[in-house]
Amino acid sequence: MSDAAIRADGLGKQYGSNWALRDATLEVPAGSVTALVGPNGAGKTTLLKLAVGLTRPSEGTVNVLGLEPRKDEAELMPRLGFVAQEHPLHSGFSVKDTLTLGRRLNPSWNDEIARKRIEHLDIPLDRKLGKLSGGQQAQVALTLALAKQPDVLLLDEPVASLDPLARREFLNSVMEAVSEREMTVVLSSHIVTDLERVCDHLIVLSHARTLLAASIDHVLASHRLLTGPRGGDDVVARVHNVIRESHTERQTSLVVNANGHVYDSRWEVHELDLEEIVLAYLGYRALEAVT
Amino acid sequence: MIEFHLETRSGVPAYLQVVQQVRQAVRLGILRPGDQLPTVKEVVAQLTLNPNTVLRAYRQLDLEGIVEGRRGVGTFVSEGAAPAPPDDREDLRPSLQKWITRARSAGLDDDAIATMFDDTLRPPAIARVA
Repeated sequence: MSDAAIRADGLGKQYGSNWALRDATLEVPAGSVTALVGPNGAGKTTLLKLAVGLTRPSEGTVNVLGLEPRKDEAELMPRLGFVAQEHPLHSGFSVKDTLTLGRRLNPSWNDEIARKRIEHLDIPLDRKLGKLSGGQQAQVALTLALAKQPDVLLLDEPVASLDPLARREFLNSVMEAVSEREMTVVLSSHIVTDLERVCDHLIVLSHARTLLAASIDHVLASHRLLTGPRGGDDVVARVHNVIRESHTERQTSLVVNANGHVYDSRWEVHELDLEEIVLAYLGYRALEAVT
Repeated sequence: MIEFHLETRSGVPAYLQVVQQVRQAVRLGILRPGDQLPTVKEVVAQLTLNPNTVLRAYRQLDLEGIVEGRRGVGTFVSEGAAPAPPDDREDLRPSLQKWITRARSAGLDDDAIATMFDDTLRPPAIARVA
């Protein structure tokens, strides 16, 4: 058994002359809750679609649970749960009909899980999906994916369209499911703050490429903001991996992926939170100059 | 029982915040030997937190001997995890007070004192070496 639930190697997808994803080499550890973060158009949806087998790679390979999504579809699909962005459900169907459809389409369906979840969420079974709130629709979509009892659950921008309370409730449902049953979860989002608590791994995508893939604890422990006098950054830059730099007339601020200690008293060392680190990778200024 | 609180913007990993809050609660006598910690599921539901994070925190506390997990029952504060007797703690205060007085007369303000205390207590992973 491999330790990676999803493994991409040189994975790329081209639409016409545009690369939606390029040279993605990464692993999603089995049992992890991984955040797939990046701005709109970074390739998050493409990566998830390739993992589910909804589209074919233009180059490279992707394996899920050691299987090839398209070749091993029959074996893999029952073990995969996927909630697409905008959770496309049939708005004219009632919740009950939707669950019946799910049961008929999925051999591994557990009807008790589905019923209990809907009951617990106080969603009326006879209500048409089109009449449900955004948060409830998202919960029904999640219920369909969870009732399959998947080993890997992929959620594409699951909370982007939800208000803060529904967002919290949705993520709570996902976390509860993880605590009940071992599975690997990948959540994509363009907002980091939503995911910081619920994820233990992070993949940052931008412009179709992977910028960072690591455990969140490691990311927090290894990134620092250094501030010091302008022009003193040559040695520091040689030792540490500079992610982002900004300068004022006299001061230089560096976000670094540090290789150990900063042996230079001219530099002040500051901790960064996850959002600041991700923003540094995405090329925004990490912080206002610290005085 | 103890309720955990998380600071998301602190830069301290969530699992470590849980560990620190349990240690602190034991030290202050809020948690006593034999007390049960919230179940992983309860913490997850209350904080919308990754269960792996909670498990990791509880494992760490178990390794430190502060709590012990009983399979299928829950996680409990260990017998050996009693706080230092109050006398000892009170003995420590005057020497700290003396140190603070010295720091003030050396020109340090409250912020500088707090920073020095934090840095000494938890040297940052990447320390600045003068």
